[in-house]
Amino acid sequence: MKRNTILGAGLASLLVIFGAASATDAPAPAAPAQPAAKQTRQPSSVELRAARTTADHSKFKELQQDFKTGPEVTKACLSCHTEAAKQLHKTKHWTWEWLNPENNQKLGKKNVINNFCTAVPSNYAFCTACHIGYGWRDNNFDFTSETNVDCLVCHDTTGDYKKLPGLAGHPAYEQIEFPPKSGKMVPAVDLQDIAQKVGATSRATCGACHFLGGGGDAVKHGDLDTSLKNPKRYLDVHMDANGLNFSCGTCHATKGHNIPGSRYTPTARDTIKTHIRGKVDDSNPSTCQSCHGQKPHKDDSIITAKLNEHTDKLACQTCHIPQFARGNKPTKMTWDWSTAGKLKDGKPFTIKDSAGHDSYATIKGNFTYESDVIPQYRWINGKVKYTLLGDPVNVGGVTEINHYYGGPDDGQSRIWPVKVFRGKQPFDVETKSLLVPHTAVGYGEKDDSAYWQNFKWDAALKAGAEAVGRPFGGKFDFAATEMTWPITHMVAPKEDALTCTQCHSRSGRLQNVKGIYMPGRDSTRWLDILGWLGALGTLVGVLGHGALRVYLARKRG
Amino acid sequence: MSGPSTKIYVFKRFERFWHWSQAALIIFLLITGFEIHGAYANFGFKSAVRYHVITAWTLVGLWVFAIFWHLTTGEWKQYIPTMQKVEAMIRYYLTGIFTDAPHPFRATRLKKHNPLQRLAYLGVLLFISPMIWVSGWFYIFYGNWKDWGWDKYLALEWVAFFHTMAAFMMLIFLIAHLYLTTAGHTPTSHIKAMLTGWEEVDAEEPVEQKS
Repeated sequence: MKRNTILGAGLASLLVIFGAASATDAPAPAAPAQPAAKQTRQPSSVELRAARTTADHSKFKELQQDFKTGPEVTKACLSCHTEAAKQLHKTKHWTWEWLNPENNQKLGKKNVINNFCTAVPSNYAFCTACHIGYGWRDNNFDFTSETNVDCLVCHDTTGDYKKLPGLAGHPAYEQIEFPPKSGKMVPAVDLQDIAQKVGATSRATCGACHFLGGGGDAVKHGDLDTSLKNPKRYLDVHMDANGLNFSCGTCHATKGHNIPGSRYTPTARDTIKTHIRGKVDDSNPSTCQSCHGQKPHKDDSIITAKLNEHTDKLACQTCHIPQFARGNKPTKMTWDWSTAGKLKDGKPFTIKDSAGHDSYATIKGNFTYESDVIPQYRWINGKVKYTLLGDPVNVGGVTEINHYYGGPDDGQSRIWPVKVFRGKQPFDVETKSLLVPHTAVGYGEKDDSAYWQNFKWDAALKAGAEAVGRPFGGKFDFAATEMTWPITHMVAPKEDALTCTQCHSRSGRLQNVKGIYMPGRDSTRWLDILGWLGALGTLVGVLGHGALRVYLARKRG
Repeated sequence: MSGPSTKIYVFKRFERFWHWSQAALIIFLLITGFEIHGAYANFGFKSAVRYHVITAWTLVGLWVFAIFWHLTTGEWKQYIPTMQKVEAMIRYYLTGIFTDAPHPFRATRLKKHNPLQRLAYLGVLLFISPMIWVSGWFYIFYGNWKDWGWDKYLALEWVAFFHTMAAFMMLIFLIAHLYLTTAGHTPTSHIKAMLTGWEEVDAEEPVEQKS
């Protein structure tokens, strides 16, 4: 009952805001004439921003046309936002390429090989459903084209704009059967309607790709999934839809379309004190410290002072994200490609686990899923090295897809929670390099070398090697790999943060983290033994002495 | 064990207040401290830390008064060590006490502690306590090490080592001390003295009278 009034009040206030924003539309709903509905919360920054906009895109002549394709919409956008495409051309979101200045490694989705779907090259038409562009289907994509930039995928507010794998970054312009041969139909997108309703990015637009990474909801990150579209306070104290209601951009505060905050260059330890208006400040705005400062725990009690002292060793996330995959969406924890390709009656098949998730799929191999996962904890200083194409794998051991450097003594590291994703994936036995499998094809295309069509590793790996210009002699095996994902989303309310004893105990969360002395976890063993023996010995000694005294006194009478 | 006796006023009011409040604080510090050390779960780690720190600072405050009192009254001289009669004391605890032999030491207002007590308390005051204080302060101010440049010279592991070692020594002292309170003129005469100030002592020899 109480929840209903809160919800009702929230809706009413939303109506007020949006009613004001579009006052000349159809008569505004009668929200203002409802004094009974009490205002139980302040509008969030997202709502206020929407209410303050000075442009109603539905009134722009440029957008009142029957758009046939995405690039046509972009052309209309660029007629006012003249510099937008040029800005985007410089970003990772567009190039899928990024040079790490610290070690000159070429990263980005185009270059990294992970242990999920492994690699993008040779699979562009499929993978670029998550590219902010139109038409990237092979190595000949024109990265200088401004109209190939997809404005809508980030600025859609309707939720109707969907790019489908296989269409090389395009949405469906006419009704199509998707997935192919599934019998399910996907309607054409209404580009005019979507274009007229564009707005700021949201959890839904960022999440359209980032919640679904790795081939499905919650699969990849562990701390990003569709439960964050409308999270409750429990799941994320900042994104709480009925509370602060942060969008992704509230923290990933973006300048000129270049979005800060990246796993490629994590800010492991932020020493920023205050962000002063007008001061040129290129520090990462998406850290906890950029808002909460260096002494985030308030009031001056002994405990809060002690907690503030913890910030010299711990990332905020370590205590404040007690588990990941906390939104009832299990995340993938392992992926074994080596078992892929089994057929039942000559056909591919899947096996479900008890929760209804694929535990085996012919096209991908074996998986395991977990939810409410307790993270692993690592010292991280912000430096990262990837195992890229051509880098040798650790045959017989475990190869790290990405290695986060750090340790207790470099003064730069903090202990971070991480998801460690383990898998087995193909590598070249001769060159020891990880291999790029050609798995997917464009919508409606046929390709005998694509693994997801014929389940033949030889052909798929050969085609993949050709796409990246690498030699491949045909000998391959599967390497055990692990990939590390720092956990930073799904921040719990403070009452759900870790308690002291979850780390300060012999078998606590940090039992394997080296380089620090933790009361309750650590002790000098021989001192403890000696100390307790000494105390016990003294006790026995005095009790014996006393007993003898009593006995002899009684004997004397 | 008890021959003819007389009573003398040994422990003044502040001294008794100091002793008992210090006893309570130290016992509470041991209880909370060993919980923080991971020996058992009682208050919970967070509460144990809170209580331990509050109690420690309270004890510091008490000590400020106690040191002032000892210096201004001259009572500090009670702890000047002496080797006189130490052997006799040891022999008494090992044999005499069992045979109801006379106590080799008679407390007076000027010499309220027997030679073994003097040595033991001096050890507590000059060795165990400073080790606990110093390591405890390093512990409490751990968050400031970096700002003060101490992190180059200190390791928490060693601070914890000495703090724990001193705590064990304090625990052992406490056990022995509790027992030896029963080793006076009568089993309760020491305890009564600490409660009332008046100690019952052997009276074969004339008791020093003071104004």
